[in-house]
Formats: sequence, structure tokens, C-alpha cells
Amino acid sequence: MAHAHKLEIFRGLLKFKSNTQKIWGVLIFLTLVTMVEVAFGILKPRILTHSYFLGMKVLNWIFIILTLVKAYYIAWDFMHLRDEKSALRRAIVWTPIFLVLYLVFILLFEADYVYNVYKDGFVKWNF
Amino acid sequence: MDSTVTTGTAEENVWGGGNRPLGASYGKLMMWFFLVSDALTFSGFLAAYGFSRFKFIETWPIADEVFTHVPFFHGNYPMIYVAFMTFILIMSSVTMVLAVDAGHNMKKNAVIWYMFLTIIGGAIFVGSQAWEWATFIKGDFGAVETKGGRILQFVNADTGERAALRDFAKTIPGERVEHERKNGIWYYNEGYMPSYSLEEVTEGLKANPSILIRTEAILQEGEEEGKKTLLTREQTLEKINDGKIVVEGANLEQNEYGSRLFADFFFFITGFHGFHVFSGVLINIIIFFNVILGTYERRGHYEMVEKVGLYWHFVDLVWVFVFTFFYLV
Repeated sequence: MAHAHKLEIFRGLLKFKSNTQKIWGVLIFLTLVTMVEVAFGILKPRILTHSYFLGMKVLNWIFIILTLVKAYYIAWDFMHLRDEKSALRRAIVWTPIFLVLYLVFILLFEADYVYNVYKDGFVKWNF
Repeated sequence: MDSTVTTGTAEENVWGGGNRPLGASYGKLMMWFFLVSDALTFSGFLAAYGFSRFKFIETWPIADEVFTHVPFFHGNYPMIYVAFMTFILIMSSVTMVLAVDAGHNMKKNAVIWYMFLTIIGGAIFVGSQAWEWATFIKGDFGAVETKGGRILQFVNADTGERAALRDFAKTIPGERVEHERKNGIWYYNEGYMPSYSLEEVTEGLKANPSILIRTEAILQEGEEEGKKTLLTREQTLEKINDGKIVVEGANLEQNEYGSRLFADFFFFITGFHGFHVFSGVLINIIIFFNVILGTYERRGHYEMVEKVGLYWHFVDLVWVFVFTFFYLV
């Protein structure tokens, strides 16, 4: 079962000597990202909560992107997707991404419509 | 010409079987397929949460005001405890991947220790989640629900802090007691009765000029943008007439923190995730004992540890998303 691990992260920027070292390195990175998230969550800088991109607060975009970064390193290094064949990796990763993007798109669009009906339509719900 | 000429020998024959195009064993592939389907299930839940949230985008509870407790400490510490839980789960993910790594090198004792630490981490996480649930269900300030199912919370105008019902509600002697099976209709159980009646809260509100009502609506503009709407004293006295019942804590039907859907999704999503962690701990324990008994040593490889490892990392992966969408965004 001795198979080689790919020991570099950040596209080769950081190279580790052993798999164990890489694991600790990834842990440090994930912890840093979580700390940044929590710090943002507590401070909520006004400049980020009052600016919008595609209808969502910039701060929320930052949270979602950092989450995806964390998910990437958990899947790639802890779940060893980095060492799997690319066919397996693509089957596992792109199938959910495609389906989830589709689902999120239709559900959030529909929810926004319902919100507008509640807001501007003749529906009394907030009483 | 090349495309029609068969050059393959028996070993290279694509259709002859024996190929491993994905380079992974059957068990590992099936674990991955299960995880993909499970990921879709969780995505469905989170997308439904997003639907409800976008639907009530201007009245949704603010997570920082809901999850503010840390065990053994009093005071207002938003996010801290969840961040700790997140770290515990990532840490147990690390010990799990170290166990897998030790398994590849056939180091039995190292696998045992790392599995043990993983199980401890999982147990701490499940325990923390139970505590979080208990705190959420118990509630701390109490609120009044209106006829339309909206929540009215109370604020002390002098301090600007939230006011709990016990701080201002008047005690009016009454005969109303909780309906129990043993002394009422035998098949009917009231189950839950708030500590104060609506009348007591209303009278207390009228008697305390510094208490104001805070509605669910989030201000969309102005200096206080992003905060909940605070009514004036006159509006407060008028609004309390819409009250129907007193709510303390949260359950599947009522929620003192705001929209009922928030509590429903909280119980459903973190509950489903907690169930995954719990079953993950159980599976880890089974594998842990198998490692101790030397099952995988005899088998010649520790792939089973790798497979439960995949499940365990997946639980961590899901939590990363739940953490973001429930507590941060």
C-alpha cells in the first residue's frame, strides 16, 4: 500500500518533506483561515457589510470563498484527492458542484421572488 | 488506419476486465459514491435554508445575537464557542489523517493512538453540540409572539441591552397551572407552559417606562443599518396588543430568537450533522478495536482505516459549510 503522496501545496509554492509534515502544514493553514473568518464575524467591518457584489454583502462573499478554500484543502489533502487519478477526482468534485450550483440558483431566485411578493404584493404576513 | 487496427494484447484489452481505470479499490469507490450522495443531501438542506432565509431576508435572526454563550462563562461571547467546536473537529480530522498515514506505514501502535485521539475529538464535538442545543432550547431572554407568528423582543432603553422577561414582568396571582395527564384529561399533555403569562408581561411592560419592544425587522438604511428595529415607547405600548403568547427558548413550533424556520433548520441541519458525527464516532470505535485486535495487521493493509477516514473528513467538510451558513453569513 505504499504509494507516493504529492507533497506540495499552493501550486508548488510550499513543499513538505513528508506526508506527516504536510498534514500539520495544512492544519496550520486551515486554522489561520478559520481565525480570519471568526475575526471578520466578530468585527464585521463596516466597509465590508455595506458594500454589495451581485446583490450580496462583500463580507458574505469573503466567508463563502474562504469556506470553499477550506473545503478544497480538506478534500485534497485530508481525503487524499490530490493523490487520486484525475478521472476519479473530477467525477467526485464536479458532479456535486454542478448540481448544487443549479439547485442554489433556482431556489434563491425563487426565494427572492417570494420575498418581493411578500413585500410589494397584497399579502399581510408581518402582523 | 491506426484507428481500426487492433494492437492490444490480452493484458491491454479494454473490455477484457481486470482494468482499474480509477485506480481505487471497490470499497473506497463505494465510500466516495456514498459521500457524494450524502453531500447532495446536505446541499439540499442548506439550499432549503437559503431559500427560507432569502424569503425572509429582512427579518431573519442575526446569528451573533443567538449563539452568544460559552460553557462556564457568563457574558456575551458571540462565535467563540462555535469556533472552538470547528477547531476541535478540524483537529480530529488531522489525527484521523495521521492514523491513515501511520496505517500506510504499517505502524499499528501509532494507528491505535491516533484513532483514540480522533474518537475523543469526535466525542467532545458531539458533547459541545448537545450543550449548544440545550442552551438554544432553554433560551435566555424570552419574547412575545404576535398573532401573525412574529416575535417581539424587549430592550432596556437605559442600557441598550436586551431585557429578559424576568426583569420586568409583573407577578399576578392566578390559578392557571400546567395541564398534566395525571390531573386532567388523561390523553392530553400541555408539555410546556411559559413562566409568565401574556398578561403579566403586558402589565410589567406598562409599569416599566424604560422597556421598549424590538421587532424582527432589520433596518435597511440609516446609521443603524443591519440592526433590528427598535420601537418608541408609544409604538411599544401599541404593539404589545398584537401579542398572543409568551415564548421562552426554542422548539420546532416556537422560537424566541425570531423566525420559527430558523429554529427548525437549526435543529434539522445541525441535528443531521450531529447524527453523522455520532455514527462516525461509533464506526471509528469499531475500527479502533479492530486495529487493536490486529485484524488489519493480518490483512496486510489498513485500507479500512482510510475508508472510515474518508467518512470522518467528510463530516468535517460538511461542518465547514454549516459553520459558514449558520453562524457567519
